[in-house]
Amino acid sequence: MIGFLARRLVNYVILCLVATFLAYLLASLTFDPVAILMQRNPPPPEAAIAAKRLALHFDQPIPLRFVHWLGGVVHGDFGRTVTDHNVGDELLPRMGVSLRLFLVGVTVGVILGVILGVVSAIRQYKISDYAATVFSFVILSTPVFVIGPLLKTGALQVNDWLGTEYLKFTGEQTPGFDGSWLASLGDRLRYLIVPTLTIALQQIAYYSRYQRSAMLDVLGSDFLRTASAKGLTRRRVLFKHGLRTALIPMATLFAFGFGLLIVGGTFTEHIFGWYGMGDWLIVGVNTQDANVVATVTLFVAVLVLISGWLSDVLYAALDPRVRV
Amino acid sequence: MTAAQTMFDEQAPSENGPVLRVSDLTVSFPSESGRVQAVRGLNYEVSAGEVLGIVGESGSGKSVSSLAVMGLLPQQARISGSIKFRDRELLGLSDDQLSKIRGKRISMVFQDPLSALTPVYTVGDQIAEALRAHGHSMSKQQAHNRAVELLDLVGIPNAANRAKAFPHEFSGGMRQRAVIAIAIANDPDLIIADEPTTALDVTVQAQVLEVLKTAQEVTGAGIVIITHDLGVVAGFADRLMVMYAGKAVETGQVDEIYAHPRMPYTLGLLGSIPRLDAEERQPLVPIEGQPPSLVDLPPGCPFAPRCPMVVDACREAEPPLSDVDGSEQHRAACIRANELIAEDPDAAEVFEVEAVEEAAIAKVPREQRPIVLSVNELVKHFPLTKGAVFKRRVGTVHAVDGVSFDIRAGETLGLVGESGCGKTTTLMEILGLDTLMGGDIAILGNLTTSLTKQSRREIRRDMQVVFQDPMASLDPRMPIGDVLAEPMQVHGYSKQKIASRIPELLDLVGLRAEHAERYPAEFSGGQRQRIGIARALALEPKLIVLDEPVSALDVSIQAGVINLLDELKAKLELAYLFVAHDLSVVRHIADRVAVMYLGKIVEIGEVDGVFGDAKHPYTQALLSAIPIPDPVAERSRERIILTGDLPSPANPPRGCRFHTRCFTFAALPEDKRQRCLDEEPVLAAHGDDQQAACHFPRARAVL
Repeated sequence: MIGFLARRLVNYVILCLVATFLAYLLASLTFDPVAILMQRNPPPPEAAIAAKRLALHFDQPIPLRFVHWLGGVVHGDFGRTVTDHNVGDELLPRMGVSLRLFLVGVTVGVILGVILGVVSAIRQYKISDYAATVFSFVILSTPVFVIGPLLKTGALQVNDWLGTEYLKFTGEQTPGFDGSWLASLGDRLRYLIVPTLTIALQQIAYYSRYQRSAMLDVLGSDFLRTASAKGLTRRRVLFKHGLRTALIPMATLFAFGFGLLIVGGTFTEHIFGWYGMGDWLIVGVNTQDANVVATVTLFVAVLVLISGWLSDVLYAALDPRVRV
Repeated sequence: MTAAQTMFDEQAPSENGPVLRVSDLTVSFPSESGRVQAVRGLNYEVSAGEVLGIVGESGSGKSVSSLAVMGLLPQQARISGSIKFRDRELLGLSDDQLSKIRGKRISMVFQDPLSALTPVYTVGDQIAEALRAHGHSMSKQQAHNRAVELLDLVGIPNAANRAKAFPHEFSGGMRQRAVIAIAIANDPDLIIADEPTTALDVTVQAQVLEVLKTAQEVTGAGIVIITHDLGVVAGFADRLMVMYAGKAVETGQVDEIYAHPRMPYTLGLLGSIPRLDAEERQPLVPIEGQPPSLVDLPPGCPFAPRCPMVVDACREAEPPLSDVDGSEQHRAACIRANELIAEDPDAAEVFEVEAVEEAAIAKVPREQRPIVLSVNELVKHFPLTKGAVFKRRVGTVHAVDGVSFDIRAGETLGLVGESGCGKTTTLMEILGLDTLMGGDIAILGNLTTSLTKQSRREIRRDMQVVFQDPMASLDPRMPIGDVLAEPMQVHGYSKQKIASRIPELLDLVGLRAEHAERYPAEFSGGQRQRIGIARALALEPKLIVLDEPVSALDVSIQAGVINLLDELKAKLELAYLFVAHDLSVVRHIADRVAVMYLGKIVEIGEVDGVFGDAKHPYTQALLSAIPIPDPVAERSRERIILTGDLPSPANPPRGCRFHTRCFTFAALPEDKRQRCLDEEPVLAAHGDDQQAACHFPRARAVL
């Protein structure tokens, strides 16, 4: 089993490199940061443009540029942006912002989604099941740039009702906030609630549908009947035998869902003014910066592949049939 | 007696009277066309230590009524009447109250062992869970130890280790043993077994029935065994209840009912089973039509539309169960039971079955008939691979390992063996008409390897196939007429020819010409199998390959299809290759039989020879494992119980492949055994047309 997971890890490292190279290749082929420079008025001198080209290694073929960049990455150097800032300096804060936003949202979403799905399945064709179905499809079919502003409006209402501006939804903390460690945490939490809810709602809607059908498959199975025939109470049958088995197909879904969410989170970050990785990708494209795009891609690739690897581990932990 | 058995208390003598008394039980379910009355007023009781068999076709309400006893019916079921367990009313109890009785006093064994255990927990844990659900004082360690004892009791070798295995590491037979271990864990008073052996091979079925007997002996429980197989209950049950359309139509002592059935349905059921011990070939008794829909049942006897003895009075009121033969023990629901008593007729007489005339070709001696199919030293191995991107070979499954036989015109060869013996692979190789891994196949004298594209197509015409599952083998979106026309279109028949051939084909298989417009969904299983046969006949083939053609059908329907095959063979002078696991069916329909074990033919020959005087120990064991629907004969048989399961074909035993399970081998003195271990036996002739591959063949009475 350990050997199997180790082999998978090696495969994933290779996949990461391939994904990043492809992103770098695509970005380098289409981006032309020098063109932006040339549009300046008055036009910069010829020598300055040549120097810029040299600084961006435009004299080298793209694969060589990639190797050069990758060599730096290994040593923690992610290259420089077109405006000559260090990419690595911006990486950590932005990673922190994204992870903080999405880890909490996904955790809440997964847990509530599973619970909602299970309840729907157990009470199939009851009012609660129909309500959950309607809720899920409404959320799933509403784009995040509609849900986000709607939730903002809702938060305004709550604030009105409370009489103070309790829920905040622009940025991640009050600028210039000064207070104890605990007070600072409280302040951050107030900024976190609405965006987290935006993410969690979508996750709940998504996972509850899958969990419902996985649970329904299991509910009709013979082994639940055997468990009931043993004399276990219905609750034990449903949770110990039913949910435990119905979680297996979800393992893959959880992991990959999380990895891909970060990319899809661009809008959420934008709506709530969080400067995370998704936002950075947009910035990178706007400034025609191959290094930034490659860095974001590498981050996402690593995240997806860590998630994939975790899902393998989780799957093996949940299902004895795949342990080899 | 093992140590495990001492844990069960002696049968409590103080508790007299029935363990279970079901009265006026009705169960109905909502459906789109109205409420389905699945059980309509059922009465029965079971005493301690007694075995009650409940027999009926699918949809007769036998499983539903026992799930009602366990309180395991879905919530939308509406139940009324009374279910009394030891004078305690079970109907109306809450789930919590019922769960104290379930598994402790009443337990259940289900049909499909492959899905009956939760895949994510070890077998030992699942047994221990049953113990701890009721014995709250039991520690984890105690429960585990007891689980190991129980596994040992139900015959799992090396129980202490196997308890740690997960269900997928157990074979079907072993899983059913584990389910039985769970059922007897708390020394119940009543065990309900719902088709406990239906999903298993015959040899494993014999083992599991043996375990159930042990289970009954140690627990002293009453047993309700539900089955559609009249053979299984003949030897096992004390009393029998025959169900039809949600009601009991005949009840009584097993011996009485088998000897003197007093309800035409029972009579038909008994006549419809092919018998392994049949001296001469008699046509089977098919019961025409199908069971009635249980939504809005018309008044009168529900069997009336299918009954050969029906009179006008039958359609007026539903006859109650009443005593027959002046005995309270034996009751039947038929107004003409008295006539059956007076005449005691044969099923074939009542159902007016005509004997099939023998084809002209069957009178020609076998040697003079042309060979239709010859298979010579056929080999098929499958690689076992590992890895996703870079596949590497880690082993070989020896699915078929040198199989030879031939089929002559107008002849049926039955190919039998347990699942995994290679019979389906053999069939697929024959149908494939492709390059072979080893050996050769010739159809009507043409070697498959030398075929051109054109001639391969011609040959396909002469060889057609009928599949096992009649539900899955017809395209649901094609009307029957198109289904039948398709092979003819492929082979370039003219439109007029096709149009005239379709009604002909439908008539041939006992369907009506107007059925051509309908879709498969409008037909019952038996009718669909007839359509499958008609499709195979469309091109007037010489050889039809039948892959388990009747195993998915109910017995009364099965009889009709077998009779049809018999009739077509005589009429059209067809040759059949009949693959089946049911030896009784093979005995009935085949002229010759080949028994396969782990990719080899171990015995082959004329049916009466092989079945009457089997030489190979495996054939003897197979035959011995098949229950005979005759309680007297069945009880007096000495059964050969094979130990263990089929070894993996990826790693077949050295020497004789059967030696690991062979009782002859086990009885041999040490010096003679070596031969079985070293030398693979080849087929050797015994008599005119019988060959067996055994170093020490011995005759043994098995029927």
